[in-house]
Amino acid sequence: MPAALAFDRITKVFPDGTHALADATFAVDEGEFVTVVGPSGCGKSTLLRIASGLTPATGGKLTVTDPNLGYTFQDATLLPWRTVGKNVELLCELHRVPKAERAKRAQDAINLVGLSGFENFYPKALSGGMKMRASLARSLTLKPKVFLFDEPFGAIDEITRERLNEELMRLFLREKFAGLFITHSIYEAVYLSTRVLVMSARPGRIIASFAVPFPYPRSPDLRFEPAFAELTGKVNHALRSAHA
Amino acid sequence: MSEHRNDGPGAESRGRHAIRSADRAPAPGSGGPIAIIGQEELQAKSATASPRRNILRDAMPPAIVFILFLLAWAGYRTFVLDRFKRRIVPLPWTVLTRGFTTAGASKKNPSELITGIKITTQVAVTGLVIATIVGVMLAVLMSTRKWVENSVYPYAVALQTIPIIAIAPIINIILGSGLGARIFTCVVISIFPIIINTLFGLKSADAGQHDLFTLHEAGFFTRLFKLQFQAALPSMFEGFRISAGLSVIGAIVGEFFFSQGPRGLGILIDIYKSRGLYNALFAAIILSSMLGLVVFFAVTWLRKIVIGRWYQAAR
Ligand SMILES: Nc1ncnc2c1ncn2[C@@H]1O[C@H](COP(=O)(O)OP(=O)(O)O)[C@@H](O)[C@H]1O
Ligand SMILES: [Mg+2]
Repeated sequence: MPAALAFDRITKVFPDGTHALADATFAVDEGEFVTVVGPSGCGKSTLLRIASGLTPATGGKLTVTDPNLGYTFQDATLLPWRTVGKNVELLCELHRVPKAERAKRAQDAINLVGLSGFENFYPKALSGGMKMRASLARSLTLKPKVFLFDEPFGAIDEITRERLNEELMRLFLREKFAGLFITHSIYEAVYLSTRVLVMSARPGRIIASFAVPFPYPRSPDLRFEPAFAELTGKVNHALRSAHA
Repeated sequence: MSEHRNDGPGAESRGRHAIRSADRAPAPGSGGPIAIIGQEELQAKSATASPRRNILRDAMPPAIVFILFLLAWAGYRTFVLDRFKRRIVPLPWTVLTRGFTTAGASKKNPSELITGIKITTQVAVTGLVIATIVGVMLAVLMSTRKWVENSVYPYAVALQTIPIIAIAPIINIILGSGLGARIFTCVVISIFPIIINTLFGLKSADAGQHDLFTLHEAGFFTRLFKLQFQAALPSMFEGFRISAGLSVIGAIVGEFFFSQGPRGLGILIDIYKSRGLYNALFAAIILSSMLGLVVFFAVTWLRKIVIGRWYQAAR
């Protein structure tokens, strides 16, 4: 499979001298879902900001095959003055998609994340999980080929988070985007991805990579199987050495 | 995984529509919603759920304060003031029975006072509208370039600190001594909170929201109108509310200095005072205080209309 997104010895030094990334090298192939775990402050968000063009890298080479990127942040970043429906339409609006088409795409995305019936609600009336769904729906309207996730479920309670993981996995299988996912949760990482990468403490680089062999679609109960525990154990060890 | 039930009208049908237990989930690639909405997530409250307000209970405390105030006024007048001052300061109920009805400066009241309210309201509202337009435009300019902010800011502050009495002669030379000069005074007095609150509001959109607009290549005006202005509305309305009261003060101060032309409440106050029409004087003072309240609450009501659906204001 060709790479959808490739980092080749990417470095980032912020103007204030903070050395965030050092020679980060890896690729996300089409059809792959890659998760990055690493200590806080090691440059994970910076990685995604570079991939999306929000921040330029200070060294190395970035290859993005399709500039149509989806990007969800840890915060749902919904606009509080817009209803769920209007929030989901925002990106199409910014890209000047005609009104009828825009409404249709928004409705499809809303149905896909299970928010139908909530189109006319304002964000303040939604729970954290529902806000995140709306945020995902908003990205889906542009049918991205590559999807970046920056700890999207970091602030969500465990049970809701597991359920959102299951849904995200089904979205991945259905929409067939290449995913690059950041998380603190090793369980989430192993459950979702085809590959888990471990980053070192700052300046961040990739210090370990684990292929996840379980076939999709994965059952929620996979999390309680011995093979799953074994793999999360390995990732955990790698992460501990990253902290050291 | 069991079926989930949700409380609340409408939630159940919505829930049933969206719920799929994991093993009955549609196979990848097949149509239909993929998502499950869990019970614990369905905390969605009705967007319009504001507690019914009890008007009587809300009106009671200020009414009591008002009565206490009238009693204190009457008591002070009766027991503290000497004979001569008592002739100047009427009892509150005398103001009510005579101040609004006896002869005014040139017409019989209440018609003179009513004209006064109209004129002062006109000046205050025109001033407030101009202050809003100019203030918001200045704030937009200041928000785009740091050097504009730095160069305009001290003058915005100066508007606030220079006493009108000091610049009254200059205003007089340039704008004369009629309605124009009064409106100008009103703008000078009420514009500062609008500039400052709008500027603060325009900068209040969070970094993540800005990133979103940057990612999707939003232009200057798109960002301004779809993000910054919307985010600014709550604090802009805070500014408008403060300026609403100031605009009435501005109109009345303006009338003190620039008294040519139609007679607003400020001019009436001046005339009644010099002619010893103390009942009417107090009536005019009460009306001008009430005018400030009315404009303030009108703006508060407007805020509710414009952003009430998504913004829960403290007061
Ligand atoms: N704009 C910036 N200027 C200076 N330092 C920054 C900036 N953004 C992030 N950093 C620093 O770079 C490091 C990596 O940040 P980040 O990528 O956000 O880490 P994380 O892995 O927790 O997502 C952190 O130490 C952070 O403080
Ligand atoms: Mg981060």
